Amino acid sequence: MKDIMKSLGNVLIKMPQGFFVTLKHLFRKPVTLDYPRQKKPMAPRYRGRHYLERYDDGTERCVCCGLCAAACPADAIYMEPEETEKGERKARVYEINLLRCIFCGFCEEACPEEAIFLGQDYEFSSDNRDSFIWTKPDMLVPHPRKDNPFKRIYRRVRKVYGVPDKTR
Amino acid sequence: MAREEKTITMNMGPQHPSTHGVLRVVVELDGETVVRAEPVIGYLHTGIEKTMESKLYYKALPCTDRMDYLAPMSNNLGYCLAVEKLMDIEVPEKVKWARVCLAELTRLNSHLVWLGTHAIDLGAMSMLLYAFRERELIIDIYEACGGQRMMTSYIRIGGLAHDLPADFDKKVRNLIKLIREKINDYEALLTNNEIFINRTRNVAVISAEDAIAHSLTGPMLRGSGVNYDVRKAQPYSGYENFDFTVPLGKKGDAYDRYLIRLEEMRQSLNIAEQALDGMPEGPYRAHVPGVVLPPKEDVLYKMESMIFHFKIITEGFKAPKGSIYQAIESPKGELGFYMTGDGTNRPRRVRVRPPSYINLAALPKLSEGRMFSDVVCAIGSTDIVLGEVDR
Repeated sequence: MKDIMKSLGNVLIKMPQGFFVTLKHLFRKPVTLDYPRQKKPMAPRYRGRHYLERYDDGTERCVCCGLCAAACPADAIYMEPEETEKGERKARVYEINLLRCIFCGFCEEACPEEAIFLGQDYEFSSDNRDSFIWTKPDMLVPHPRKDNPFKRIYRRVRKVYGVPDKTR
Repeated sequence: MAREEKTITMNMGPQHPSTHGVLRVVVELDGETVVRAEPVIGYLHTGIEKTMESKLYYKALPCTDRMDYLAPMSNNLGYCLAVEKLMDIEVPEKVKWARVCLAELTRLNSHLVWLGTHAIDLGAMSMLLYAFRERELIIDIYEACGGQRMMTSYIRIGGLAHDLPADFDKKVRNLIKLIREKINDYEALLTNNEIFINRTRNVAVISAEDAIAHSLTGPMLRGSGVNYDVRKAQPYSGYENFDFTVPLGKKGDAYDRYLIRLEEMRQSLNIAEQALDGMPEGPYRAHVPGVVLPPKEDVLYKMESMIFHFKIITEGFKAPKGSIYQAIESPKGELGFYMTGDGTNRPRRVRVRPPSYINLAALPKLSEGRMFSDVVCAIGSTDIVLGEVDR
């Protein structure tokens, strides 16, 4: 008898309280986004697609030291070096297999030249497997830097790792 | 014509929505009563333990994210503590407090997903939506810290990947305030809900003796009234400095475990708040040349740091010979890492003690003699993640 009374109390008094919680939400703003039209800004440290950085004069920062390839837990990075006319070392081939990449950000952390970094973009699906092997033209930020959208993410590595901007 | 066979055998899963992944349960039924229920695993086997043996110590870290993907920070923490124990590294105070705060947020994250999925298994739809709405805020904090929403890799050997973000304190305090209110909503929806009580009271019961015999840990064990929590029994990462209680159940049924997890969420909020209040200033990485990666600033401006940076990334560090075991209290139970170093830069053996896997082994005990629909409740209240079960 006591159990029945308790159950009845639950059904008549406690459960309507639960219904009220749901009812409240009828008058609230939705928390969802209308995704392809509305987009959520990603956090400054978000690890999206890779970019290869340039110096202000347009030369590539990457010196093909291979540290990112060594740090990559998924072995997604392949590179071959060459020498420029000035005798500087640079990458002739630089490939990232995005199908292997796990976006851990170890390459960005390893890079001693701040050359590679992971940007904010996350939409790069494709129906063609070959298009996931990214080469230098896919990743190098455009030059000149003026009036282009990459200006905002310039020197992301410094912002994320909190490195003060001394002359370098 | 007389029938000889009385029982029929049925397959539940591996694509069943209420098995939380790719778990297959072979259920032998007599009418609607379960005679035998046997979990079959291995559909999500990724060989993570073996992969870790072929990787440098610091490169094996992203593997741990992918085991219990609902509690990435706990796995990171367990692995890093194990390597730090093997290498005898002492981390700065700030790192310890930050790790505790993040580990408790992770517990909250995992319990929220559990609450939502368990409730939807038992027919309460809106609970899932509310739980995932709050989980989103925790994941936003992960994103602000480590840059990724699920596979964070934020806790690293010897410290953290980056310093905590500038608005970390404010964000977490807002979150704690919000979730404190929301837990009352969850209670209003479920705790006294007659349908929920009927589905969980006296269902999936396990006694204290059986729970110990099955080496259950976490809320599964505490639901039966056994007071064992790794945070209290073998404090790690400075948990001895925190003031919290370990909730215990009486009957060991699914409803007790539900109450315990809700109370654990409240305790987690308290611990996270204490961690924020007491967070000391200091470096975010230990200074151990040759083992812990130096901060980015030093790499760019100091020659020795640059050399160590190159050496660690290309060669890793050599661990001494010997074996260690390090356990932490992950949201699901005792998550242990057993590691053997052999003097080279790769571990000889990494063995993970996954709480989901060992708790799942009690499923036959939980569901035998019950109705078929109670198997769903038993799986739900065990709180398994198949990524961790199969590894």
